[in-house]
Amino acid sequence: MMDRRRFLALGGLSAAALLAEACDSRGPRSAQSILRWAERENEGVERFLFRHTSMDHAASARNVAGRMPSYYISRSHPVWDERVRGKWALEVGGAVARPLRLTLEDLAKLPHVTQRINHYCVEGWTASTQFTGVRVSELARLAGIRPDAGYADFQSFDSGYHESWDLESAMHPQTLVAFAREGRFLDAWYGAPARVHSPVKLGYKNTKYLTRVVFMPQRNGGYWSDKGYEWYGGT
Amino acid sequence: MHDSTAHPDAPRETRRHHWIVRATHWVNVVALTLMVGSGLRIFNAYPAFARKGEAFCCWPWEGHAIPGWLTFGGWLAGARNWHFAMMWVLAVNGAIYLAFIWLHGEWRDLAPRRGDPRDAWEMIKFYLFVRKTHPRQGKHNALQKGVYFALPWLGVLAVLTGLAIWKPVQLAPLTGLFGGYVWARYWHFLVMLTLVLLGLGHVFMVFAVDPASLPSMITGRYDESRSPEALNARPFLRGRPKPVLAIARPAPAPKVVQGDADGDRDVRPSVTPAPVVLEDGDRKPAASTVSPLAVPGDGDAGPSVPDRPAADGDAQPAAIAADRRAAGADAGDADQPAADARESGKEAGR
Repeated sequence: MMDRRRFLALGGLSAAALLAEACDSRGPRSAQSILRWAERENEGVERFLFRHTSMDHAASARNVAGRMPSYYISRSHPVWDERVRGKWALEVGGAVARPLRLTLEDLAKLPHVTQRINHYCVEGWTASTQFTGVRVSELARLAGIRPDAGYADFQSFDSGYHESWDLESAMHPQTLVAFAREGRFLDAWYGAPARVHSPVKLGYKNTKYLTRVVFMPQRNGGYWSDKGYEWYGGT
Repeated sequence: MHDSTAHPDAPRETRRHHWIVRATHWVNVVALTLMVGSGLRIFNAYPAFARKGEAFCCWPWEGHAIPGWLTFGGWLAGARNWHFAMMWVLAVNGAIYLAFIWLHGEWRDLAPRRGDPRDAWEMIKFYLFVRKTHPRQGKHNALQKGVYFALPWLGVLAVLTGLAIWKPVQLAPLTGLFGGYVWARYWHFLVMLTLVLLGLGHVFMVFAVDPASLPSMITGRYDESRSPEALNARPFLRGRPKPVLAIARPAPAPKVVQGDADGDRDVRPSVTPAPVVLEDGDRKPAASTVSPLAVPGDGDAGPSVPDRPAADGDAQPAAIAADRRAAGADAGDADQPAADARESGKEAGR
């Protein structure tokens, strides 16, 4: 006959197993809402804990090994076609005083920076390469960003892909609208003709095939954020 | 471990785990399981340690994913969310546990002592049938102590390597300390693997050697007569219970209580002071009060508890009892309840 202790022991183990089963992400909505709540809390703690830590190029570059592996080429969105290069323009709008419309030549004439940083993929690999581009903060300054803007949404012409960012990360001096890599204009594999490139966000936040930068008061979701990735996506 | 052969007055059942230790232990079980499962799912998103297009020296299964049934979280985003949610649970839980064992003094049960390697070797010899008697054991034997002492440090290492791959930009110096992002991922994985292997060994030993420790991790009370030391237990070879020796028993109490309010048989309320009768005929003055725990349980029934039949080996002539004591001393059976062990630990630690 089963005594009380054995019963409690088996009961405890069974409860743990059931809990683990129920908490699978394909599980009930309650588990999903707990996760969403946890993710929000996590973001708050993350931003609080790391608000003073360095996010500069030099610190990032310390991770770069002596040899530079080639940047991973995404083959998932090769939608860019050289024929549309002349038609492309980057729009900067939303909560700004002077909406901008910039061609690739316009972009290249703006003050730009070149940086070699690590790029962190959410999948777990990392790579580094050299990108050249215009700071998003420079674009915001030129467009006359309004004080009520709290977020930036980077939108792509590729199947409605977009990712919204907190303004602090978007205005980081190393967050670029990059148009060149290793001294040459981007090609399709790297998000031509322009893409977001920043060391402070995971790869999926760095929108390729960029067409619009929209500053907005409320936070918007994103292609991957809406599918369950953390919205903040900080490195 | 407490051995009734060494101390006739010793209780059969002791309070072993404080409720904080029990609660943090089971929270750990759930949180660690979810952490490992979701971590393996994250690993499967990129089941290699080298950067894309490069080779890695030190992982024979580079590029091979973990079987799906071992993973948790459904897909990468779900697994990441669970991993980060459980990260805080585990960290807070670990902090509560460490604070408790520090403030409560239980860290002394785990702190290494000079004789530990020798004792661990004796344990190994016992498990390998080289040694016949179970070595002397405190609350934990030397092998257990080594593992339980290593666990918090592995936890710290898991947290640090985890931070290094979670915030490689902000915490670049930390990531650099582990050899960069690629290596930090590798160390994080190896720490996890070590924790899992130790955990599996722990569970194996619980069921194979010391099943009584499982209920004790729920109720907090440990039946010392079922300890590996008392039973001379090797994995899956639990010996017959050693005969209980000359345990002091109270004379018939005014009221024999079969169980406490919860129906637990082995804990009885204090009984009226009465002469204590030793089985070998000695008489001792009665203690002013008898501890609720210092009462024999099932199978111990001596002449003073007539409503229960005496089990084999219960009655011990004094000569045998003396022999048993001598054997106990030979095996180093100078055991005390946990509190005493901590006291001696204090001494040794100074």
